[in-house]
Amino acid sequence: MGSSFEVVLRTDRLGRTVSGRAIVQDVSIEVRQGDVLGIVGPSGAGKSSFLRLLNRLDEPTSGTFFLEARDYRQITPRELRRKVGMVMQTAFLFPGTVAENIRFGPDQRGERLEDGRVAELLRQVGLDGFAAHAVDHLSGGEAQRVAFARAVANSPSVLLLDEPTSALDDLAKLQVETVIRDVVRASHLTCLIVTHDREVAARLADRILVLEGGRAKLIGPIREVLNVEATS
Amino acid sequence: MWKQLLSADVLRGLGQAATAAGAAVAVMLLARTRRIHVERETTVALVRGFLQIVIVGWILALLLRGPSWTSIPILAFMMVAAAATSARRAKRIPGAFRASLYGIVVGTGVTIGLMTLLGAIDPAISTLVPIGSMLIANAMNTNGLALDRFRSEVQAHVGHVESALALGAAPETAVSRYVQSSYQASLIPAIDNLRSLGIVWIPGLMAGMVLSGSPPLYAAIYQFVTLAMIFASSGLTSLISTTLISAHAFSPAEQLVLRPGPEA
Repeated sequence: MGSSFEVVLRTDRLGRTVSGRAIVQDVSIEVRQGDVLGIVGPSGAGKSSFLRLLNRLDEPTSGTFFLEARDYRQITPRELRRKVGMVMQTAFLFPGTVAENIRFGPDQRGERLEDGRVAELLRQVGLDGFAAHAVDHLSGGEAQRVAFARAVANSPSVLLLDEPTSALDDLAKLQVETVIRDVVRASHLTCLIVTHDREVAARLADRILVLEGGRAKLIGPIREVLNVEATS
Repeated sequence: MWKQLLSADVLRGLGQAATAAGAAVAVMLLARTRRIHVERETTVALVRGFLQIVIVGWILALLLRGPSWTSIPILAFMMVAAAATSARRAKRIPGAFRASLYGIVVGTGVTIGLMTLLGAIDPAISTLVPIGSMLIANAMNTNGLALDRFRSEVQAHVGHVESALALGAAPETAVSRYVQSSYQASLIPAIDNLRSLGIVWIPGLMAGMVLSGSPPLYAAIYQFVTLAMIFASSGLTSLISTTLISAHAFSPAEQLVLRPGPEA
């Protein structure tokens, strides 16, 4: 067990209710520096909704969460979102070049990302030399790797990945998964990965959180959780 | 009063109205022979349209005899009504009425005021109100188009908007592309009107001026003046309302609230 200052993200009975329906309920977890937490569960379990609360794309209606020991309400939404990056199921690249997309986050703070850093990020995601390419000429897998590099370019403390490979074909899925695993390990990134596929979670994550009906059903090291599920 | 109401001009107008309505009724009867039944709708529309426009004409006849300053409350009332009408296009955007009102009041108010000061609009109430109403009506349409386009663009690009927010972008940056496209789209009718002026259509104002005895060349030039003023006031209205409305698409915590449907 690490000491408390290593906890990057902690949720405390976090929840969201919309029109009387609880989408996320009383989820309390801790994520430490460098942890990769897989979030699994059936459709409608609240996996994506839980992620959206953590970078405040949606507002929690109960409980709270702490980023680096600060309550989220003490951090401006923009600063929080820079520190808690997110890659969505679809790349949603902005019209323009790959480099413009990579620079988007730092540009918002008036920081110019050097050409060398852009090239390095693209090399890490296997897109060496793609900086000047127009985004509308990219394949689905390439676009998703650019979206991943774009999120990493913001130097987040925590990276949220919402089913990042589910919209891709098998080959692209494998490529993107490899890129995520390599970059996350090499950069010692703290990650929360939502997936409906337990095998993907087993390949990418150290621990698993199982959500059902918006509640945390199980959380722990992968083998432990899978064993509990197998015997229950 | 009756003598004034039933002047020779009014009687002639009533005769012409009966002739024109007769043409509409003839078409209605022609449609009936093809078993297309629009009798009720046509009759109601004809009666309603006639009564509405006569009542408005009568009220205008009374108002236009008033002092010049009465044009200010008349135009102000039109601006509020125009803002309420075009705000309905953006029902799901909170603050749509306020954004429309500011846009229309500033856009048309500045144009009407400036053009009156510079002599492009005669300050007499009989000119100021009709010309002002034309500017307000067109600003209303442009504003409605801009808001409707903004709503549909944002709702069609929720993923892009939220991706930008998720990277730390300000709400206005996240929707700036859609503000620009809404603004451009809203001005298409005004630009097309200017472009096709005299070639595709001879607008009502010019036709009216010629019919009432103005020299055709002056009527033509003044029609251009009017359309240029319409472009200026509509453009300013749309610019202000789209800028203001973009802030209303987000919650205080900078979350996109302008979404296509209920949350899943």
